[in-house]
Amino acid sequence: MKKTIGTAVLWCGILCAALWLLNALFLPKYMSRVPEGALIAEYYKETAGHDVVFIGDCEVYENFSPDLLWREYGIPSYIRGSAQQLIWQSYYLMEETLKYETPKVVVFNVLSMKYGEPQSEAYNRLNLDGMRFSRQKLAAVRASITQEESFLSYLFPLLRFHDRWGELTGEDVTYLFHRDIVSDSGYLMNVQVRPAEDVPQGRPLANYEFDPVCWDYLDKMADLCQENGVQLVLIKAPSLYPYWYDQWEEQIEAYAAQRNLPYLNFLARTEEMGIDFSTDTYDSGLHLNLYGAEKLSRWFGDWLTQNCPVEDRRGQEPYESVWQEKSAAYAARKARLEAEWSGSNPAE
Amino acid sequence: MSFASTQFLVFFAALFLLYYTIPQRHQWKLLLAGSLIFYWFAGWWCLIYIGVTTVTVCLTARKIDSLAQAQEAWFQAHRDTLSKEERKAQKARDKSLRFRWLLACLLLNFGILAVVKYTNFVLGNVNAVLALFGSGQLPAVSMVLPMGISFYTFQTTGYLIDVYWRKVPAQRSLGKFALFATFFPQLIQGPISRYGDLSRTLYGEHPWNAQQIAMGAERVLWGLAKKLIVADRLAIPLRTLVSSPEEYSGVYVLAVIFLYAVQLYADFTGGIDITIGAAQMLGVQVTENFVRPFFSKNAAEYWRRWHITMGTWFRDYLFYPMSVSKPILKLHQRCRNRFGRFGKHVSVHTCSLILWFVTGVWHGASWNFIVWGLLNGIVIIVSQEMEPLYDKFHARFPSLKGSWGWDLVQVLRTFWLMGAIRVLDVYRDVPLTFRQLGSVVTGFRPQVLWDGSFLELGIGAGDWLVAAAGGGAMLVCSLLGRRKPVRERLLDHSPHLAWGGCVLLVLLTLIFGVYGIGFDATQFIYNQF
Amino acid sequence: MEELLSILREIHPDVDFETCTTLIDDQILDSIDIVTLVAEIGDAFDVEVPPEALVPENFNSAKALWAMIQQLDEG
Repeated sequence: MKKTIGTAVLWCGILCAALWLLNALFLPKYMSRVPEGALIAEYYKETAGHDVVFIGDCEVYENFSPDLLWREYGIPSYIRGSAQQLIWQSYYLMEETLKYETPKVVVFNVLSMKYGEPQSEAYNRLNLDGMRFSRQKLAAVRASITQEESFLSYLFPLLRFHDRWGELTGEDVTYLFHRDIVSDSGYLMNVQVRPAEDVPQGRPLANYEFDPVCWDYLDKMADLCQENGVQLVLIKAPSLYPYWYDQWEEQIEAYAAQRNLPYLNFLARTEEMGIDFSTDTYDSGLHLNLYGAEKLSRWFGDWLTQNCPVEDRRGQEPYESVWQEKSAAYAARKARLEAEWSGSNPAE
Repeated sequence: MSFASTQFLVFFAALFLLYYTIPQRHQWKLLLAGSLIFYWFAGWWCLIYIGVTTVTVCLTARKIDSLAQAQEAWFQAHRDTLSKEERKAQKARDKSLRFRWLLACLLLNFGILAVVKYTNFVLGNVNAVLALFGSGQLPAVSMVLPMGISFYTFQTTGYLIDVYWRKVPAQRSLGKFALFATFFPQLIQGPISRYGDLSRTLYGEHPWNAQQIAMGAERVLWGLAKKLIVADRLAIPLRTLVSSPEEYSGVYVLAVIFLYAVQLYADFTGGIDITIGAAQMLGVQVTENFVRPFFSKNAAEYWRRWHITMGTWFRDYLFYPMSVSKPILKLHQRCRNRFGRFGKHVSVHTCSLILWFVTGVWHGASWNFIVWGLLNGIVIIVSQEMEPLYDKFHARFPSLKGSWGWDLVQVLRTFWLMGAIRVLDVYRDVPLTFRQLGSVVTGFRPQVLWDGSFLELGIGAGDWLVAAAGGGAMLVCSLLGRRKPVRERLLDHSPHLAWGGCVLLVLLTLIFGVYGIGFDATQFIYNQF
Repeated sequence: MEELLSILREIHPDVDFETCTTLIDDQILDSIDIVTLVAEIGDAFDVEVPPEALVPENFNSAKALWAMIQQLDEG
């Protein structure tokens, strides 16, 4: 009898180990392709705290350079951004971040107010798979999954990615237990230049009201920051599209005034920052490139210094040594990407 | 809920744990509750249908049983006072009284089955006839089939007839009978159990039996693997092949025959493995429904080995009663002396054709199933009538009979013949099916087998390999398991081998199973019947 | 009994019905044979074989068949 139980325990152990290994093997690694998928998990590698944390969709992780904020203002910051991050995902990421640290300022980009329901399975995976197992992750999954998705597959990603058996590559083995850093403090650098030309006007909508669910989550964010003594800053990044309607702008302005929150619409300040959409965007106005992001960050660094309780931490440990390393990586990445870009575009 | 769903796994795990913690005398009550919950998931209104059947059959069986007992008591008391003729007459009177109860209950229950299953088929055909005369159309009625109605109707009426025949005593407890009618593992797709078989283990007290539970669990795993890895994978190219038959004719039709045979076998026997394995985990023994049918050497043998419980149901409750009924016996007498050897068989063949017609209708309310049934009947009859020819043939070539090569020829012939008939339920259109089968000869282009055309049917080379490996594993296990199931043989070798096999099966199913996003979990095919 | 044996031999001339006790279990008699047999028995012995009597135990041997016929005739 004892022997039987021993055998059973042994094999159950082997099964669990194999499942754990397979989960690690089949999870997409997002190293050489779709690096956006690796962003959320990278936060857990941070060793020093941050005074400013950005939360939101691609309009944050493509548009702000934490490295510049450090170099020029001594502000340690991090971007917890991911592709088409929905507002409830942002909320739970905020809640999770506050478990690890209490920044002075949290910056939230309001574009995701336009989505009142889960949008696509692929983005859900990019945004949620990277989160560590936590109450927040479970809540974010519950709020995000589309009709055809199963909750269980977020606990055991093998259930979702098992059909990758035909497309596993060396990358899946190399990065079985570790990942390379793909971002600079959550910023996904891009140095390419594709000028914005004819930017289409937004088509009229039948309804400009944001979904009540989105207001709920925005309220929860404001409350959460208030409880934790964190300054919440609402922003709208200077992306030319998705189109930002005036009616939306009015609603956010009213809300910010009502909750006494700063709200910065950078779309209206591009000239002031010196952003030139013929040179400062890599995809014709959807996102800024490195040069645009640095201009925007410089303006925002000024604003933060003047309006928020942030201090210049240059020379302070552990920040100084951590950021020295980060800056070196940033400069190296910039050099490499610029060489690649001019290599592929010899005419320029 | 489908067997291959997390919902079912959770449901079964909870039931299983509870089953072995509560006092054993209550186990059957838990099974009943679980079965009702399982049925509830298919829609609460289904419970009304199965409820009516359960109650009417249970009460009628009790009534018939009481009548029979009273009649028997009276008969024993008066036996000596009656002459032989009087005894016979009395027995006949008694029987016809019981028969009236039986008939009423059968009419009611088969009536319900007929109405929910065949109303639209009948209306459709009436409309087709009306259209010929240019008159108005009857509206179609929207009717959803209660889950498993064909199966539980047959199972309960089989019990009722057994009680009438005094083969089994009536179950006095409505609850226990309801469990027999609704026992959830076999509710979706059979097997169609006999009361005499199932009741032996259904109501008993089942202590924890690790070996039985492990064997059952392994069988469930094996069933899931067959269904998820092989059946659901092959369903994808089959859908493509069938959705545009004009494009996929000729050799493709041979592929449809072959793939559908493998797919249906994997799906159906996979489901049955889950049923029998799950029941075994609960200590209940369910009758086998398949015995390596694709190794049959002729059609009659095939039908003794494929969907066995359905075949024996039709044999015992339709074919035999019909064959020994007065009109058929009269027909026999009339033909016997007139047409020689064949004449002796006229009555049996008539019964066979009726049997296969009904079998076809039972499978589905459409012409393709009726033609399918009749073709099966005709093949069996023809092969029986050709027996003297075979005998002559074997007399000329005595070394052939029983030889390995000849067996193989027979097995392959039966496989392809039954397969060709079976594609009627793939195309679901009688003329189309025959056009397709004809195109094998007229449009034979064997090059599509190797020019890569099969990689464009919805699954890639890797998937074909996985399906082939899975099919091969099924074949090997089926051969190895002739005397003793492979899982028992593994256990005999070493428990580590058995456990290793299980773990491997779980992992393979998780990786290579067709489930989740991107794959539409196909329902077990027999659900529809 | 002799009459029964001759009926059986007519159906399957090559089987030794006096000793064989596995006519059904070894599939010597198939369903066609059984039905033919019932018809012939009904004629020869003037009994009605009811469908519930069509069970392997009654058809496995000539002896069992004979016992069944007598019982049916008893009433």
